Amino acid sequence: MAKSHKPIIWGLFAGGGMVSAFVTPVMILITGLAVPFHLISREAMSYDRVHAFASNPIGKLLLFVVIFLPAWHAAHRLRITAHDFGLRQDIPIAVVLYVTAAVGTIMTISALLKM
Amino acid sequence: MSNDRTITLEVMRYRPETDAAPSFQSYVVPYVEEWVVLDALNYVKDNLDTTVSYRWSCHMAVCGSCGMMIDGEPKLSCKAFLRDYGSKIRVEPLSHFPIERDLVVVIDDFIEKFTRIRPYIIAQSEKPVSEGEYLQTPAQLHKYKQFTLCINCLLCYAACPQYAHNPEFVGPAALSMAHRYNLDSRDSGRDLRQEVSASHEGVWECSFVGACSDVCPKHVDPAAAIQQTKIASTMDYYKALLPGGK
Ligand code: SF4
Ligand code: FES
Repeated sequence: MAKSHKPIIWGLFAGGGMVSAFVTPVMILITGLAVPFHLISREAMSYDRVHAFASNPIGKLLLFVVIFLPAWHAAHRLRITAHDFGLRQDIPIAVVLYVTAAVGTIMTISALLKM
Repeated sequence: MSNDRTITLEVMRYRPETDAAPSFQSYVVPYVEEWVVLDALNYVKDNLDTTVSYRWSCHMAVCGSCGMMIDGEPKLSCKAFLRDYGSKIRVEPLSHFPIERDLVVVIDDFIEKFTRIRPYIIAQSEKPVSEGEYLQTPAQLHKYKQFTLCINCLLCYAACPQYAHNPEFVGPAALSMAHRYNLDSRDSGRDLRQEVSASHEGVWECSFVGACSDVCPKHVDPAAAIQQTKIASTMDYYKALLPGGK
């Protein structure tokens, strides 16, 4: 029986799942609730500070991970969900979703490199 | 049997030598608080119609032979109490398997897959008896024990939409049994089993619906075994890409 190449996508999917489950909610809490409700000073999210964070190599890496992994997670999750809902055009669906994730990944890299 | 309450059992019948297609036949049986669906079927067989065919043996959820669809859900009929159902109970053979006769299904496909994953310990080298037992710590036992509890009842296959969609899928019970031996400290047959588990028809055909674990009467959690195998297979895959990887 042929060894499957699914691990390439599934590795990104599983990694993205971890990030989406553990990191994304905290980020929503900070950026979507804590700062707007003044639980954390608005200064924390000022343009200058965020720009400085995104300019730092470690900051870039962190931002890259929290953006690109969940993108691949979402792509693969949607592919499976489509399948579970009975949409059987698996290959075209997979291509559209993975290309979207790949474009998102490239856009993220280029935006971060420009900082 | 103190009261006169009865229930109707709608049994799917299929006798290949006379029936063109399966059909339902209804039997009225006494309602007994302590009865399970298997008791009701046995009542039919003993008192109303000796021709009804179904499998059973232990009547205590250990042999795994009495699985059937009860009101559309895969269940062990010896564990499904009449009191948990209405006055009409529909029993059908397990979904996703060909019907051999009435409630009896053909399970050759599963047996073939189960054999393919080599469900036995493959030791690196056979120790002579004089060298004593293969020792195992409680922690080593704990790692795989849950996956030994499978009774091959096939409820998980009847619940799995993926198996319905692609009958080539190796499926929950066989994959979780492969995982059980892979996790056993006495075993070194994982590479052989991975040829099946890490293939397209192996764990990668699973889309993690999780229905197998919902219906499993022994709480084996085959879905967990499959996801753990996916993680391990992914590690293998990336390791193989590293220099010196195989
Ligand atoms: S994993 Fe559970 S449902 Fe599946 S065959 Fe084994 S005991 Fe039955
Ligand atoms: S009769 Fe043995 S499991 Fe039901």
